[in-house]
Amino acid sequence: MFFRMIAGAFRRQWKKMLMIALTVALGASIATAMLNVMLGVGDKINEELKAYGSNITVVPNSQAVISDLYDVEDGGEKEEYLAEETLGEFLTIFWANNITDFAPVIDTSVTVKGKEMKLIGTWFDHHFEFRKKGTVYQRDTGIINLRSWWDITDGKWLDEAALSGDAYAMAGKRAAEALGVKAGDKIEVKGSGNTESLEIVGIFESGDDEEECIFTTLFAAQRLSGAEGKYKKAEVSAITSPDDELAQKAAKNPDLLSGDEYDLWYCTAYVSSICFQIQEAIPEASARAVRQIADSEGKILEKTELLMALITLMSLIGATLGISNLVTSSVMERSAELALMKAVGAKNGQITRLVMTEIILTAIAGAAAGYFMGYAFAQVIGQTVFSSAIEMSGMVAFLVTVLIIAVTFVGSIPAMRTILRLRPSEVLHGGH
Amino acid sequence: MKLLELKNVSKRYGSLYALDNVNLSIDKGEWIAIMGPSGSGKSTMMNIISCMDKPTDGQVIFDGRDITKDSRRKLTEFHRDKIGLVFQQFHLINYLNAVENVMVAQYYHSMPDEKEALEALERVGLKDRAKHLPSQLSGGEQQRVCIARALINSPELILADEPTGNLDEANENIVLDLFRQLHKEGTSLIVVTHDPEVGEVAERIVRLEHGKIISDKKNSQFDK
Repeated sequence: MFFRMIAGAFRRQWKKMLMIALTVALGASIATAMLNVMLGVGDKINEELKAYGSNITVVPNSQAVISDLYDVEDGGEKEEYLAEETLGEFLTIFWANNITDFAPVIDTSVTVKGKEMKLIGTWFDHHFEFRKKGTVYQRDTGIINLRSWWDITDGKWLDEAALSGDAYAMAGKRAAEALGVKAGDKIEVKGSGNTESLEIVGIFESGDDEEECIFTTLFAAQRLSGAEGKYKKAEVSAITSPDDELAQKAAKNPDLLSGDEYDLWYCTAYVSSICFQIQEAIPEASARAVRQIADSEGKILEKTELLMALITLMSLIGATLGISNLVTSSVMERSAELALMKAVGAKNGQITRLVMTEIILTAIAGAAAGYFMGYAFAQVIGQTVFSSAIEMSGMVAFLVTVLIIAVTFVGSIPAMRTILRLRPSEVLHGGH
Repeated sequence: MKLLELKNVSKRYGSLYALDNVNLSIDKGEWIAIMGPSGSGKSTMMNIISCMDKPTDGQVIFDGRDITKDSRRKLTEFHRDKIGLVFQQFHLINYLNAVENVMVAQYYHSMPDEKEALEALERVGLKDRAKHLPSQLSGGEQQRVCIARALINSPELILADEPTGNLDEANENIVLDLFRQLHKEGTSLIVVTHDPEVGEVAERIVRLEHGKIISDKKNSQFDK
């Protein structure tokens, strides 16, 4: 009888039930999309932030000590270097696949047209190969990815593969203006170890002090500074997990971690664990997180997650109000029917159970449809904002189910109160 | 033997008395018509007798038990077991067919039993219309389904509120014949009506005006 009544109610009120299902579906779809994006957004934002440069720098140990002691970015007057062979070690660490780009850097003071300038040698789009224990590691990497915001105002990027030799350079806009050079010009560069003739292939605008520098290939800079086979520091861009308590504890001193904590930390792509692994691979080097980038990642992530959580909350509040409205109006429309049930002996609990079963069945259908709609929304957001798919999490399915049940119950409270207050004497006989 | 007794029953809505110090006694198997114009307190009296409302003052004694102080839950159970209701507007559930409408009363009383429900419909001459929806039945047929629903749990009292108010003469006669039959079988009947033709077929006629009983007499023309 109970299910006959449920089936009858669905047949009779299918339009209203459809509206309730659509309201639930809308709430569930937004919650599903937002929660999935929220969970997946960490990696996506990290990937996006990689466009804003490296988040790890690797310098010789001795230079790091001086930097720490005097809180300066470079290590002072004394030139310290790392051997170029160590660069391959970046590709051998546990989190090597998370290292998206890296580039060695060597800077030196040079004289061009009688003017003292800073010259930086690095990889632009370098094809790098490294052999270790019979394994060949390869990577195309360089500052073309680490300086993606550079605006080439004249000429083009220095394409190492397309050019013969390595006597090429790119000049910052202010350096080019100071020297009066443009793309295609050659400049005589006098360094501490050598003099080179470099062809300017491009002029760039970067919006920072690098506009006053000349960038050349690593080999040319090594020759000019007399530091063949060496580099001063390496810039590394890695996809990392946002710092949490464990990462902060480990950043202070990994030795303080328990065995399990250490394993978890080591096997999570925290910036500190990647730095630690680089130092393990290159004992003479010190790897440090670039705090600005790491902090930005954390802050952007926090704010994005807050925004998503607020959108989810608002959509659920909207769904609750919608359900409340629809269920209450449905109960009002059926007041004679429900009063009749009371008049033939139904208790309040029996009637609320009947109505709640109808609503819950409708909500389940709506939530299922909403989940799949949410999946589609999440993919649209993923493709539009991050140009990649958003992975669907089982936890979100569980969470959405719990939230929708809560929303349905809360939304049904006014209707249930109406049922409790329903007086058959007033509805069926019309008062006194 | 007394079935129901109203002792000094009043029902006030603010300063307005819907019922004013009413005393009424009904025997088992009696057929009473409660008559009066609109606003005389007929429906209020019916709501109080059917346990769907409580008096402001006085006592309602049903089958020797004072039900005035009972909780709403107890009153629901009491009313479910003892009273069958017939309404002017029928109040059938429009998405359930005739037999299912009868079974609703069984469902909330004990256990639905389709065979018994069909027997109740047979009693009111509607067995062949058992699978029809209310919208497929005439007004008279709907009222007979309503009577079958009132009878299904074998109540001690049938309370009918303007049972022929929405019926034509032919259907009115069918319903009144049903009441006669129920009365003969020993069922107690209270029919609230403002229609003299319906009132005058009852065994006893109680007239109400402004919430007070102005006359209470046996119907000399009552045809047993």
